[in-house]
Amino acid sequence: MATSLRARPRFRRAHRRDAKPDPTARRPRRFTRRDGAVLAASAIASGSIVWLLYERILPFAGIQGFLVLWFGTFLAMYGLAVRELEGTLIAKDRVAAAAIGGVSLAIIVPLLAILGYTAWRGAVYLRAHFFTETLEFTGPEDPATSGGGLQAIVGTLEQVGIAAMISVPLGVLTAVFLNEVGGRLRRPVRVFVDAMSGVPSIVAGLFIYIILVVRADWGFSGFAGALALTILMLPTVTRTSEVVLRLVPGGLREASLALGAPEWRTAWNVVLPTARLGIITAVILGMARVIGETAPLIVTTLGNTSLNANPFDGPQDALPLRSYLLFIQGVDNQVNRAWLYAFVLIMLVLILFVAARVLGARRVGGRGERRRTREPSLDPADGVVPVSPAS
Amino acid sequence: MPTPTDQDQSDLPTPRPISIVRTRGDRVFRRLATGAGLATFVILALIGLFLLLEALPALKDQGWKFFTNFEWNPPPRGTTFGIGAVMYWTVVVATISLVIAVPVSIATALFITEYAPPWLGRPLTSLVDLLAAVPSLIYGMWGVLFLNPRMIGLSEWLSTHLGFIPIFEVHNDAFGNSAFVGGSILSLMVIPICTAVMREVFSQAPAGEKEGALALGGTRWGMIRAVVLPFGKGGIVGASMLGLGRALGETIVLALVLSPSFLISPRILERGANSVGALIANNFGEGGSGLGLNALMAAGLSLFLLTLVVNTLASVVVARSRSGQGVEI
Repeated sequence: MATSLRARPRFRRAHRRDAKPDPTARRPRRFTRRDGAVLAASAIASGSIVWLLYERILPFAGIQGFLVLWFGTFLAMYGLAVRELEGTLIAKDRVAAAAIGGVSLAIIVPLLAILGYTAWRGAVYLRAHFFTETLEFTGPEDPATSGGGLQAIVGTLEQVGIAAMISVPLGVLTAVFLNEVGGRLRRPVRVFVDAMSGVPSIVAGLFIYIILVVRADWGFSGFAGALALTILMLPTVTRTSEVVLRLVPGGLREASLALGAPEWRTAWNVVLPTARLGIITAVILGMARVIGETAPLIVTTLGNTSLNANPFDGPQDALPLRSYLLFIQGVDNQVNRAWLYAFVLIMLVLILFVAARVLGARRVGGRGERRRTREPSLDPADGVVPVSPAS
Repeated sequence: MPTPTDQDQSDLPTPRPISIVRTRGDRVFRRLATGAGLATFVILALIGLFLLLEALPALKDQGWKFFTNFEWNPPPRGTTFGIGAVMYWTVVVATISLVIAVPVSIATALFITEYAPPWLGRPLTSLVDLLAAVPSLIYGMWGVLFLNPRMIGLSEWLSTHLGFIPIFEVHNDAFGNSAFVGGSILSLMVIPICTAVMREVFSQAPAGEKEGALALGGTRWGMIRAVVLPFGKGGIVGASMLGLGRALGETIVLALVLSPSFLISPRILERGANSVGALIANNFGEGGSGLGLNALMAAGLSLFLLTLVVNTLASVVVARSRSGQGVEI
């Protein structure tokens, strides 16, 4: 067997290359200087060919096409080069690694493009009075720096706050049910929570519009918007808290029960306090999920250019809603103002996101908990699905 | 319950039956928690019920034609309306977004779990999650002003050189605001969802089998193909369906980016496409009241049922697969 393998030239060649310094061991994943040279040479050569093709032979507009074509040609060329030097097996491995690495790092490009573009379009119009004035007396011809966004900031904070006040107790209690109480209903409830997380945001808005705005004859109000946001926030809070509750060591629960505490005492005084940081993370993720929602607000809060601090009466504004309404007017100043609103909104989202990351990176349990061999992390990266995109 | 062995050794003491007597506090606690769990179901049922009630007049008016009619001219404007074309475009746009998002998500999830060192993998995970946190409105505005103009070149090139394939054909040079552009932006929003689920699934691939594959002389790619991908097949399918559910329900991005079309055509690069969410958002203001509003509710109901089916299936597929045990979606 060994001789037949050694008789294959590709294996011998690959073997001999690394065998020089130490004849007994070959490190299978070592990336030598020569490998780097092959990689660089393939990149440069494919870039040149594509440039020639792209600029001279097949006229082509736009840089993404060039990059995509370059990446494809590079993979082909790199594969051929490695195949010539190392054999088919190694070539497949290298090409797969290059493709997977390239594609996943490329995701960062649109993210930076979006964040950068928003900052570039919006940040220049930000003035201090944005946080103290409203759009009440600002017309479409006024420059984007005039007026402010106080009415939208107040509306967004109130709507998201009310949504959190309803969905957090309900969501955490549902998570407690899934994790601590259980029973026959556990599986169906989990499926319902999953199904609810897929409810399109416009549908949640329509539902609240029917029951509150039309049937209850309440009219458009910030509260209606908050209820629509609650529907969207609830599944996020539930699933994130459930994952966190599952990380609470079973020994803590058993110790509490063995000491004679009833179940509700165990849940309230042992499980929830242990997981408090994670639950705060869940709440923040839920808020980040809904703070940028626009579609449900179109049909529930309607929008209002002047300040309405009462969420229970009359149309209210919100940052994403106002941004949308300004944007679709299409007038230059209004579009710029829409970007200003979007910039403030994305800053809020970023603050929430970073807060969730910082809190989530801490460990389960706080002071006084015994060290465990491997402490479970609350980091959403370790098992909690991220904030879903607004749908 | 005496078993045969118990009868043989009947002198052995039988365990005392344990009965659980819960305190009143516990009974209240259990009922409260179960009630919270059932609230999700109640909300879902109410959404379906009220949408159905509001949609009924429109559905009665048009009958089954509501699902096959192409034009959308409810009462203030006309008499016939239906979501045939809109539904077609919704599915087409969602499919385009998945065609882009699924391979990228698989690659990203594999890179994070199998290739990247921790110093690279963790920030990358955060960045992908951040992509999910960006409000959809900002995707939409960015799509209109930044991406759409930049996609026209690519669309032109595709239609010039691959125009013989029907889907890449473009009539009258109407590029941009197309299903292709809409699907591309949606794919950015679907990628984080798919990646998160796939990452979870891949990270649960059995270490013993992976090490076995490597010990037998397999390359890393060989190990992934032989162990990780077959193990994660169910998770990949479930994650893709979850992404599909999200893409079908997206509203604001498509309302801003697409130029509404009520005709069915296979030409995805050509201006004009639609989506149920965009239809509702664009027509809500002028729908006013009466049958026009009922028509929008009927569209909303169809969208709700479609996403409900897709998402529930996704949830079941992930939970049933070998790799999906204990994976949260």
